[in-house]
Order: sequence, then C-alpha cells, then structure tokens
Amino acid sequence: MTTANVTRSIDARGMPCPGPLMSLIGAIREGQVGDVIEVLSSDQGSRTDIPAWVNKAGHELVEVAEEEGFARFIIKKVR
Amino acid sequence: MPARVAVLGGGVGGTLIANLLVKELGNEVKVTLVDPTGMHHYQPGYLYVALGQANGRWLVRDERTLLRKEVDLLVEKAVKVDADAQTVQLGRGGVLDWDYLVIATGARLAPDLVPGLLESSHEFYSLEGAQRLREALRRFRGGRLVVGIAGIPYKCPPAPVEFIFLVEEHLRKRGLRERSEIHYLSPLNRCFTIESASKLLQPMLDERGVHLETFFNVDAVDPSAGVVSSLEGEKLEYDLLVLVPPHRGQQVVVDSGLGDPSGWLPTDRNTLNVEGHERIFAIGDATNLPISKSGSTAHFEAPVVASRIASLIKGTAPKTNYGGRVMCFVETGNRKATVLRFDYEHPPAPPRPNSMWHVAKWMFNRVYWGVVPQGRLPERMPLPIPEGRSGT
Repeated sequence: MTTANVTRSIDARGMPCPGPLMSLIGAIREGQVGDVIEVLSSDQGSRTDIPAWVNKAGHELVEVAEEEGFARFIIKKVR
Repeated sequence: MPARVAVLGGGVGGTLIANLLVKELGNEVKVTLVDPTGMHHYQPGYLYVALGQANGRWLVRDERTLLRKEVDLLVEKAVKVDADAQTVQLGRGGVLDWDYLVIATGARLAPDLVPGLLESSHEFYSLEGAQRLREALRRFRGGRLVVGIAGIPYKCPPAPVEFIFLVEEHLRKRGLRERSEIHYLSPLNRCFTIESASKLLQPMLDERGVHLETFFNVDAVDPSAGVVSSLEGEKLEYDLLVLVPPHRGQQVVVDSGLGDPSGWLPTDRNTLNVEGHERIFAIGDATNLPISKSGSTAHFEAPVVASRIASLIKGTAPKTNYGGRVMCFVETGNRKATVLRFDYEHPPAPPRPNSMWHVAKWMFNRVYWGVVPQGRLPERMPLPIPEGRSGT
C-alpha cells in the first residue's frame, strides 16, 4: 500500500505526546471502515504508542516509515 | 482617548488581565469585561465538594468584587466577534467596540458527545455535578466504582487521578473499601498524559488496589445495563460511574469563525495572539495550545498578554513571551500531595508526595480570592517555583 491510498492525512509534526495518538483516535472515531489514515509525527512516544493502540483497538498498522525528523504511520480502519 | 480593551470571560485569566491592565495603564486604557453570569468560580474546589470536604458556597463570588473599580463589567453573553470591524455583538443586542480583544471564554462541557453519558454518569467539573456526586457517594454502599476520562483535552489534567486517590481514602474511612472495586479508565497506555508524572503515580495506584484500564477511550454508556464501552471494543460494568465529560470551546468562538472544528482558538504559543490577528489574544482553556487547560496556565499567561497589550498601546516593543509555564498540585491522599512544574522545554520532575505540598494546596485554595485575581501573588511566594522556567 502506498500513500496514494490514504483517505485522510494528519500532520501532527511538532505536536507533543499524546497529541498525535489522540488525533488518530479522533480520525478513527469519525471515519468509516476501510478508511486509510496517515499520521506524521515527530514525537518519539508515537513510535510505541501508536502501534500499541492500533493493536489493542483491532485496526491494521499498514506501514511505519522513518522520514527525516519524523515517522509516517499508515493505519487502516478495519472495524 | 484611552485605548479600548474588551475581555471576554471572567475566569482566572480574564479577571487578572483586566486588573493588570488598569493597574499598569491607568487613564490610558478603558477595560470592559464581559461575562455571562457575573459570578467567578474557583473550579479546583469542585473536587473537594464532591468528596464532602468543601462547601460550594466557598467557591463562588461576585465577579464585581474581584475587579478593580476602573474595570467595567457587563453581565451578558458575548454572541459574536467581528475581527475586521473590531466589535463584539452582545446578548442583549448591544455592540462593544474594541481596539484590543482578549478571549478568555474557557471550555464548555459537552457530555452529549458520548451516547448515554448525560443520563448515567456523574462528574465533578461543574458545581452542580460535584454536589450531585457528593450525594451519590453518600448513598454508595460498596460495589464497582468506575472513574475515567471521556475525551482529551480536558481541564485540570491531574483532577481525575486526584479524585481516585481521595475517593479511595474516603471509602477506606467509611469502611467500604473491602466491598468496593475502583477502576480507572485512561485513554492512553498509562495513567497520566505526562510520562514522568505517570511513572510516579502509577505504582501508587497499584499500591491502593486501583485497576487501571489503559487505552480505554469511552465510546458509549448503556445506563439500563450499567455498562460503559470503549472505542477499542471493551465493556465494563459499573455501579457508580464518574466520567470527565468531553470538552469543547465556547459557541461564541465557533460563531465568530475564529476557532478550529472543536472550538479551540489557534493561538501563537509565545505571543498568545490568535493566529492571524495582531489585536486579538487568547488565554486559558480557550486556546488550542498543547499544554494543561488549567487556572494555573491562565494565571501565568495573563501577565504576558497584559504586558504585550500595554506595549502595543504605548507603542513600545513587547518585552515578554509565554514559555509554557504551568504549575499543578496533585493530591495523592493520606494528606499528601506532589507538584507538577513544567514549561514547553522542561517536563515536570515531580517530588515524592509529602504533607508539605498538601498543606500548600490547601493554603492556595484559601488565599486564592485575595491574591490571584488581583495579581498579588508574587512570583516566588508563597510557593517555590524553580528559576528559569517562566519563559518571560
């Protein structure tokens, strides 16, 4: 899957913890099953918090990519 | 002709800014504060009302008694801000003109955003809610008490965990602890938003036998079944439910087209200007800043905004910036407390809970009325605040 499939993108760079995770949770809450959400985060805590939450909530972590100074998470809402 | 400053909201931040401006500028300024109720609430006291440790009457005073006589008070709603025309439309049909505007309208509780919450859950984020919770606790004879957070951001981030510590002690003293389970629902994978504070507080929750449910983002409540469910797919039965309701910005911010979709004001983290508006400032809970929504934040922001407005009126260069300074006491039960002091660059390093910080919090609760709204609390007294954290 590439970023071309993304249905919603959240640029949370510069946002401190737990901002990026809470933004993702908000997007999942508002979204539809099948939505693909991209989160960009420069917060180190997101590297553990976002995968842990996605796993707990039963969604799919499609991709984690390290970019220059931030990480890109691609999450698919599956329920 | 004096510069006209309109201040929307008579909470900690609005009241302090109004007083500081007339104190500093005298005849050079005409300050009008607009508040829908004209009553000032000391909101940190709600927690103690819920636990039967404070009387609600202690927590509310007439706003007029807290303002310097030079400040005009209008007790009515601000309906809409016109940023271009520099006016505020008022609830009774009048229009207030301003040269500078401070939006200190706070947050509103939005329990309607969670299905079933309004009918089922108690809260201690309003005086009426705290009084109802006190009665519910008085009737409680043991069972499963579920406490949680139904949305981030919310005011006074330590308050739910403080409530847990104090209600655990309350149940112990009434001989009900053995017959009770306490569950704490956290939207995160730890008990508190700030990691360093979590590391201190989480083992203490374990010691008190509190069940911490992590990544529990409240989705709905079923009042007839007595069940709260999460976005993550979990369900938990309760006998008494206490949830911090979701918070949103005020309607006037939304109706004025100044806020984000949740009603928070996009605010410059240092100048406290509403983004794109040199003459409009925002402080306290109304902003979108990623720091605590608390009276402490507004208290530290107010002198910065007052100083910047004074500089603009005098035509001098602004001398101060807000550095994200916040200070919060955290009750941990058994007459002990800790303190969180931090800013944008320095996370808190809370000390082990002790009786000194508990006494300090109680002292602050009592002296608040005479010192904070008037700007009489000196920078380093009576509470020690580390050097180099003011950001000013």
